Amino acid sequence: MSTHAGQLLEVRNLAKTYGTGTKATPAIADVSFAVEDREFVCVVGPSGCGKTTLLKCVGGLLRPSSGQVFLRGKAVTSPPEEMALVFQEYGRSLMPWASVRNNVLLPLRHKKLARAERKALVEEALAAVGLTRFIDHYPWQLSGGMQQRVAIARALAYQPSILLMDEPFASVDAQTRGDLEDLVLRVREEFAVTILFVTHDIDESVYISDRVVVLKHAPTEVKEVIDVDLPFPRDQIVTKELTEFTQLRGHVYRLIKREQDEPTRRLTPVTTATKGETA
Amino acid sequence: MNRRTYNAAAIAAEIAVPVAILVAWQAWTVQAQDPKFPRLSTILVEFREMWLFSQFELHVVPSLTRIGAGFGIALALGILLGIPLGLSRWGRIIAMPHIEWWRAMPPPALLPISVVLLHSIENRQKIAFIAFFCLFPILLNTIDGVRGIDPTLIETARSYGMRGFERTRRIVFPAALPQIFAGMRTSLSLAVIMMVLTEYFSSTSGVGYVLLISKNTLQLAPMWAAIVLIGVLGYVLNLLLILVERRVLAWHRGWRAATAQ
Repeated sequence: MSTHAGQLLEVRNLAKTYGTGTKATPAIADVSFAVEDREFVCVVGPSGCGKTTLLKCVGGLLRPSSGQVFLRGKAVTSPPEEMALVFQEYGRSLMPWASVRNNVLLPLRHKKLARAERKALVEEALAAVGLTRFIDHYPWQLSGGMQQRVAIARALAYQPSILLMDEPFASVDAQTRGDLEDLVLRVREEFAVTILFVTHDIDESVYISDRVVVLKHAPTEVKEVIDVDLPFPRDQIVTKELTEFTQLRGHVYRLIKREQDEPTRRLTPVTTATKGETA
Repeated sequence: MNRRTYNAAAIAAEIAVPVAILVAWQAWTVQAQDPKFPRLSTILVEFREMWLFSQFELHVVPSLTRIGAGFGIALALGILLGIPLGLSRWGRIIAMPHIEWWRAMPPPALLPISVVLLHSIENRQKIAFIAFFCLFPILLNTIDGVRGIDPTLIETARSYGMRGFERTRRIVFPAALPQIFAGMRTSLSLAVIMMVLTEYFSSTSGVGYVLLISKNTLQLAPMWAAIVLIGVLGYVLNLLLILVERRVLAWHRGWRAATAQ
């Protein structure tokens, strides 16, 4: 199988089983999808369907039980320099002992960059998320939404070609959430970055992305991939009033609702593990 | 009560109570006429004559040098051993029984053998003895601090390709630092205890040695003056460490207050 031009990331038959033997818990059974260069892809699924596990496998933080992840055709075995990951728990992924500036600067220290270049990257990224004024604050002096903006700035300054975001706005209030969604859409243009975004929020997934990958519940497979042809720039009021938006949203909702209503498929761990190994 | 009067009252109380105790002590010693309890004024005169500063260089400087060197060695070793042990489960499985065994050893039990093995009752033996027993609180706290690091922080570092020494220096060490300081405070007070103990056991200089000599010659005023000095040393050293900690760990106080809400 060859990767066609423009394809940045490919997840091929990825499976992940935690534990071994009788205690084996299959989290992901078989997931395949691809992300084009400059595309914004959202992954949604019922809660507990292994979204975070999937993203950690994609990011090279977890080794899949079988299957592979390719970035520009190269297999991912450890966190690649072209990827940056934004965690849900912003408060725990920022270093409380370092200023906002140093938090953003830290990952750049081992990149071969001149001092001035590093400084410029940090300041540019913080300006993009509107935190220039808070550059010398500690992260814990900022609100939750602002802390997540620091984490986003840190990821942007790292100059990744793909940004992985793991339910980044799950723990901020609705208002802030809308603002952060628009911010991500804006910096995506500004920094010409591809985004793979995991969420459990259906509205968010349709509003923010070019394509939505809907997952089944664990052991996870892809249920459906939906193209979102809503016009850009998106707007919290105008976009969400479009008939197309409500239809797409309703469609994703039904897919997930049906998934939750279905009795859990009783795949025995052994079957899944074998299937994973031969895939 | 407004803030200003509150602060003034707090400071007054902090000073007034010790002053009252000293006045009471003086009054009682004057009236008791007991040679075992020389008057406070006698002790203070003795204190000034001995320590400010005729015997300062002879006895206080050696004691402080031993505390400083012993504590410094314990700090360096505690961090250098504690970080890898905190990171390695197998390291802990192998090392912990030995650490627990030596830590449970009462320090005086090792005094005679330390003199024999090190062929010394001078700085070499004193510093080694202090360093040995100061090591454990720092070592155990460093191990705990490293083990307690939020896994999200480590994953963040990994996702940004930070590994090995860089990750240890930039993430693991600062994250464990609050607990390393907790160990340092315990160790510093241990250092003062070990200094007195080892000097009292065998030496030719130091404030512990002064205690020994004044006991052997039944001179109570110099003995009390030495006791006062040792108290002051312990108090001041602890105060200095707290000042350093406040500077270095300013973020930790703010962070804790912010996350406690």
